[in-house]
Amino acid sequence: MARHLQNELNKLKLQLLSLGAAVEDSVQKSVKSVATRDIALAKEILESDEFIDKLEVEVEEEALKILALYQPVANDLRMVVAILKINNDLERIGDLSVNIAEQSYYIGQQKNIQIPFDFQTMAQKTAAMLKKSLDSLVQIDVDLAYEVCHADDEVDKIHRSLYPILYSEVMKNPANVETMIRFLSISRNVERIADYTTNIAEDVIYMINGAIVRHTQESFSKV
Amino acid sequence: MTNILTTKNLNIHYGPKHAVHDVNLNIKDGKITAIIGPSGCGKSTILRCFNRMNDFITGIKISGEVVFNERNIYHPSTDPSRIRKSVGMVFQRPNPFPKSIYNNIVWGPKINNLDLDFEELVETSLKKAALWDEVKDRLNDSALALSGGQQQRLCIARAIAMSPKVILMDEPCSALDPKATIKIEDLMGELRESYTIVIVTHNMQQAARVSDETAFFYEGELIEFGNTPDMFTNPTKKQTEDYITGRFG
Repeated sequence: MARHLQNELNKLKLQLLSLGAAVEDSVQKSVKSVATRDIALAKEILESDEFIDKLEVEVEEEALKILALYQPVANDLRMVVAILKINNDLERIGDLSVNIAEQSYYIGQQKNIQIPFDFQTMAQKTAAMLKKSLDSLVQIDVDLAYEVCHADDEVDKIHRSLYPILYSEVMKNPANVETMIRFLSISRNVERIADYTTNIAEDVIYMINGAIVRHTQESFSKV
Repeated sequence: MTNILTTKNLNIHYGPKHAVHDVNLNIKDGKITAIIGPSGCGKSTILRCFNRMNDFITGIKISGEVVFNERNIYHPSTDPSRIRKSVGMVFQRPNPFPKSIYNNIVWGPKINNLDLDFEELVETSLKKAALWDEVKDRLNDSALALSGGQQQRLCIARAIAMSPKVILMDEPCSALDPKATIKIEDLMGELRESYTIVIVTHNMQQAARVSDETAFFYEGELIEFGNTPDMFTNPTKKQTEDYITGRFG
């Protein structure tokens, strides 16, 4: 039975990685659509979310099947539990990516609008965190997972720095208030993606060494 | 939490075979302890040490100590039959006496000349073993007419009738169907209130479901001993992990 279980776990992991790849692609495209003001790309993301939702349901069904049929324990149990949680987080990241695309679709239609903050750095850091969190899962690399937890602070910092910038932009040009609010929404969504990515890394840490580092300082102190 | 049974540097040889190596184990009072491990790892040998059931095996050599109630039960002055009154045992296959249900319960107390109200003893023992409602109207029927699961609960009632402190169970559900197994597992949960239970089982899920602490043995050595939820979610030893996840054994 152990071999059957291993086969099922490998299959489950591959399904999750397919979902991870689809979500990574969606995030990259959504931030690119903001940076390049590409309306067509934004539209593409809005249409791709259904595929992500479908994959999420498939992963969940497969994980539940494994729990019911094999009653895994120890590292196998931790892997299924971590995958179930990561699955939810990835689906939420897909939704946030759609939110970004919706804002991008609006902004792309506005004329003479510059991004008023360091969006490129924020987007790059977040995309790198997502990639690293999935790499830590594939490579069973706990150090990489801790690095992701640490990087979340930098994204939070950029997001927080946006408030005074937007305030001053709105004061300068009140007519742009809606666009600025949409930039705030984009930043907020990117920051939430970084948060979910941190959750993924924390679940990978649990999967590898059984330690629950969520709501503790441990996820940061190990780096 | 006090320890009711403790082994100190316990070594057991069957002739030239060194079956148990230097085991130090503490069984906590009022808890269910599961002993797991692959076939031939020494788990039943250890269990049988706790009430000196190994005494009947020729060629066995035991060194070290098994302490019960602060006394080494292998000390020459210890009477094994007194130990077995306090440390009862339930075996792999139900083994009721070929007598009535009633006489199965009262047999032990009677031959030990215990001055008890036997009617009451039968009722309380069968109630504790969750069997009373099923047999109260046919106490004089043969115990052998009961189903396998009922026979096993009768054996538990028979052990309880001697008011033991500890009940040893050697794969008590291995000959039972899933429904009878669940009844025994539920019963163990209730008995935990009054007795310390040590169970040997090959069924990982059963060990996880019923026990508070788990000891994993491999080739006669105690590899890991600890809290059951930790053992089944995050064991500290690789050998334990490999065994409980089915990668070997």
